Amino acid sequence: MSTTPLNNRRSRRPAGESFVWLAAMGLTIGLAMILGLLGLVVVKGVEPFWPKRVVEITLRAGSEHALQGSLTLGGEIVMQRVKTSHGVSQAGGNADAPREWQLFVGNKDAYGLSFRFVDATDIAAIRHPQDVVRFERIEYGPAIGIPVALETSRNGMISSTNAEFESALRQRIDDSNKRRRAIERIERTEIGTINREMKDLAIERAALERRGVERSEPGSRWEAIAAREAGLQKTYAALAARARELRDQHDDDILVYRLLTGAEMRMPVGGVIDFIYPNQVGNLERLQVFFRNIWVLLSDEPREANTDGGIFPAIFGTFLMTLLMSIAVTPFGVLAAIYLREYATQGPLVRAVRIAINNLAGVPSIVFGVFGLGFFVYFLGGTIDSLLFPDHPSAVFGTGGILWASLTLALMTAPVVIVATEEALASVTRGAREGSLACGASKWQTIQRIVLPAAAPGILTGLILAMARGAGEVAPLMLVGVVKLQRDLPFSLDFPFVHLDQKFMHLGFHVYDLGFQSPDSDAAKPMVFATTLLLIGLVIVLNLMAIVIRERLRRRYATGAF
Amino acid sequence: MDVTQHNGADSYAGSKAKALHPGPDNDMRASNPSQPFDPRLVSIENYDFFYGTAQVLHNVTFEIPERNVTALIGPSGCGKSTLLRNLNRMNDLIDGVHHRGDIKIREQSIYHPHLEVIALRKRIGMVFQKSNPFPKTIYENVVYSLRVAGLKNKARLDEAVERSLSAAALWDEAKDRLHTSALGLSGGQQQRLCIARAIANQPEILLMDEPCSALDPIATSRIEDLILQLKKQFTIVIVTHNMQQAARIADRTAFFYLGRLIEYDATSKIFTSPANKQTEDYVTGRFG
Repeated sequence: MSTTPLNNRRSRRPAGESFVWLAAMGLTIGLAMILGLLGLVVVKGVEPFWPKRVVEITLRAGSEHALQGSLTLGGEIVMQRVKTSHGVSQAGGNADAPREWQLFVGNKDAYGLSFRFVDATDIAAIRHPQDVVRFERIEYGPAIGIPVALETSRNGMISSTNAEFESALRQRIDDSNKRRRAIERIERTEIGTINREMKDLAIERAALERRGVERSEPGSRWEAIAAREAGLQKTYAALAARARELRDQHDDDILVYRLLTGAEMRMPVGGVIDFIYPNQVGNLERLQVFFRNIWVLLSDEPREANTDGGIFPAIFGTFLMTLLMSIAVTPFGVLAAIYLREYATQGPLVRAVRIAINNLAGVPSIVFGVFGLGFFVYFLGGTIDSLLFPDHPSAVFGTGGILWASLTLALMTAPVVIVATEEALASVTRGAREGSLACGASKWQTIQRIVLPAAAPGILTGLILAMARGAGEVAPLMLVGVVKLQRDLPFSLDFPFVHLDQKFMHLGFHVYDLGFQSPDSDAAKPMVFATTLLLIGLVIVLNLMAIVIRERLRRRYATGAF
Repeated sequence: MDVTQHNGADSYAGSKAKALHPGPDNDMRASNPSQPFDPRLVSIENYDFFYGTAQVLHNVTFEIPERNVTALIGPSGCGKSTLLRNLNRMNDLIDGVHHRGDIKIREQSIYHPHLEVIALRKRIGMVFQKSNPFPKTIYENVVYSLRVAGLKNKARLDEAVERSLSAAALWDEAKDRLHTSALGLSGGQQQRLCIARAIANQPEILLMDEPCSALDPIATSRIEDLILQLKKQFTIVIVTHNMQQAARIADRTAFFYLGRLIEYDATSKIFTSPANKQTEDYVTGRFG
C-alpha cells in the first residue's frame, strides 16, 4: 500500500481525458442548440392555434389609444412587453417599467387593421364578456364581436338572446360551407374541364391557321371546332348560372353583430366558415378547436395573402418536388459513381472529374438557380415548346415549373449522392467481388447482383443527405418555378395527372414570402413559425422513411461499413 | 499419352453458347469417369508472370492430370497463389500485370484472343482462403453461378442445389434452412458452402487457395475428406501451407520457391525421397 510513482495524481487520469470532456461538451451544446431551435419554433408556431379568451378593455378617459373614437375595445392578448426608450424587450424588466400589450382585434374590414398596441397604464377596466364570438371568415380574416341577431330570408329574425340562436347559426354555416364546396366543384372541376377543352380547341385553331387550312374547305376541322365550341359555351353558361344562383344564396341570411367598440356590422352568413364562443368553452372543447385549427392549417388553402387559412399547397408542392428530385438524382448519381469507381481507368482525367464533382458541392445554390434558368428553362424548355407546343398562347415548358425546379435541385445535390455512392461501393469487400467473378459472372452482373445490394445502405445515406439539402434550398427555386400563390396542385385527376409544367408553392419560399413580403407582418408571424415547423417536420419525415429503408437493407446485407 | 477431347463443342473459342446452359446433358462435362483419362488436362508451358516490372513466376512448366489432387506448396511469397489465380485469370483484375508463355486447358490456350474470360471462369470453380458467402440465402448462394449463366428453371436449380450441397457434405445440415441467410452458418459450414457454390456449375477444375487455413482442425479434416470425395468428379488444384495436409490428400505435389518450380512429382516421392535439396529442406522443416 505504499505510495508508488504509479499512484501519484498525474498518472491517475488517463491521457486525453480533457479532450473527451471537450467533445462531450461540444456535443451537448450542439444538441442543446438544436432542441432550443425546435422548441422555439414549436412554441411560437403552435401557440397561436390555441383558442384564446377575448378581453374587453375600457381605457381611461382621454387616452390616445382609443380605437375609432371608442374608449372600449377588445381582442385577444397576443403579447405583453416592456416599453423602453430605445426599443422594446419582451417580458422581464422592472415591475414598474411601462408595459404595453398587443391585442388582436380582428375585424380588418371595420378597423383597417387587426393588431393594436395598448399601454398598460391606460387601462381602466378589464372584462371577459361571455357572449363575445370569434368568427373565421373567408375575407378580411377573423371577426370578433357580440352577435345581435340572425336575419334569415325565410324564418324571420332570430335574436341572439333566443335559445335557438347558436344552433340556427351553426346550421346555416354548415349549409353555406356545403354550398361553397358545391360552387368550388362547379367552378374548379366542371368549368375547369370546359376551360381546358376550350383552350385545346383554341390551340388547334391556331395550328390550323398556321398550316394555312382554308376555313371553307369541306370536312375541315373548322366547322367541327366551331360546333364543339358552341356546345361547350352552352354547357358553360348553364354551369355559370348554377354557380351564380348558389352564390346568391350566400347572401340570403345576414348576421348582425356588434363590435366591442360599439359599432354594428352586418355580414352575410355565406362569408363565415366557423365560429366559437372563446370565453365560454371549457378546456376540452378548446383542445378540440386547437386540433381543428391545426388540421385546417395542414389541409386548407391560403387566404388573405397567405396570412390566413392553411398551407396545404405548399406542403404538397415541397413534398412532390423533393420526391421528383430524389427520383432524378438517384439513378444519375449512382450510375455516375459506378462508372467512376468501377469502369473508368483511374488516371488523371478521372481524378480531375472527381475534384470537379467535389467542388460542385460547394457552389452557392443561387448559381444553380441561374444555371437552371438558362439551361433548363430557356434552352431545353424553349426547345420543347417550339417542337411540341408551337401553337400554345403562352410558354408551357419554356417557363419555370416543378420539373425544372426538381432537376435543378437534383443537379445541386448530385455531388453528395455521387460521393456517398463511391464510398459505399469501395467498402464492398474484395472477397464478395472475387467470389462472384470466380463463379463466372460478368462485371456488370457482379455489380448488379452483389455490389449494389451491399452498397445500398450507403447509397441511401447519400440520398438522405441529398433530400435534406434539397428540401431546404429556396434561392434557386425562386428562379425556376416557385410562386407565392397557386391554387392548383401539380397533381390532379385529369390527364396527365402530374403536371410537370406547372408552377408550385414551397414551404421554404412561403417562409420568405410571409416574413418579408407580407402586407400584414403581425398576422404573418404565427404563420412563419408554423410553416418553419412544418418544413422541419417534412424533412424529418422524409429522412425517417429513408432511414427505415436503410435499416431494413442493412439487416439483410450484413456486410459493408455503412 | 496425348488423349484430348476435341469436338467443336469443346473448343473454348466457340463455346460461348454452350457455356450458358450447363447441365448433365451438356457434353462438355468431360469430368465424366467414363471418358478416357487425360494426364495433361492443364498444361503450363514456360510461364512467366509479372506484376508491373516485378517478375513473380519464372519459367514454370508442368502438367496437371485429370481427376487428381495436385498440391502447390512452398514458403510465403513463392508465387503458388499467383499461379493458381492465373489458372482462371483472376489476376486480370489487377492493373499492370502481364505474362509470357502459355497455360492450356485441354490444349486450348486460356489466353486465346477469342476466348471469353467469363466462359473460362464458368468452367473453373474457385474456393478462397477466407470463406466469402454472399449475403444472400444458402439457396441463392449455391445457384448463383447458374443464375448468372441464365438458368431459370426452378426444378433444375433445386436439383443443382441438392446435388452440390450433398457433394459438399452440407446437405443434411442445410436442407431445412435453405432460405435463411448464409451468413448464419459457422466458419466451416460457410467454407463448405463456398465449395458447393464452386461446384454447382459442374466445372471441370476446382481451384482451392488455402481453403482450410482459417478453420479449426475438425473442420479442416472434414474438408479434407470432402476433397478426397470430390476428386472422383473434379480435378482439384490446391495451394496449401500445411505440408501434412498436402501429404494427406494430394496425389501430386509441386514445390515452389521464389517463383520457380523446384520439383514436381508424386506426393509420396516428394515427401519421402525428394530429388532436390531445397525440397528436402522445406519438407523436413528446415526453413519456410
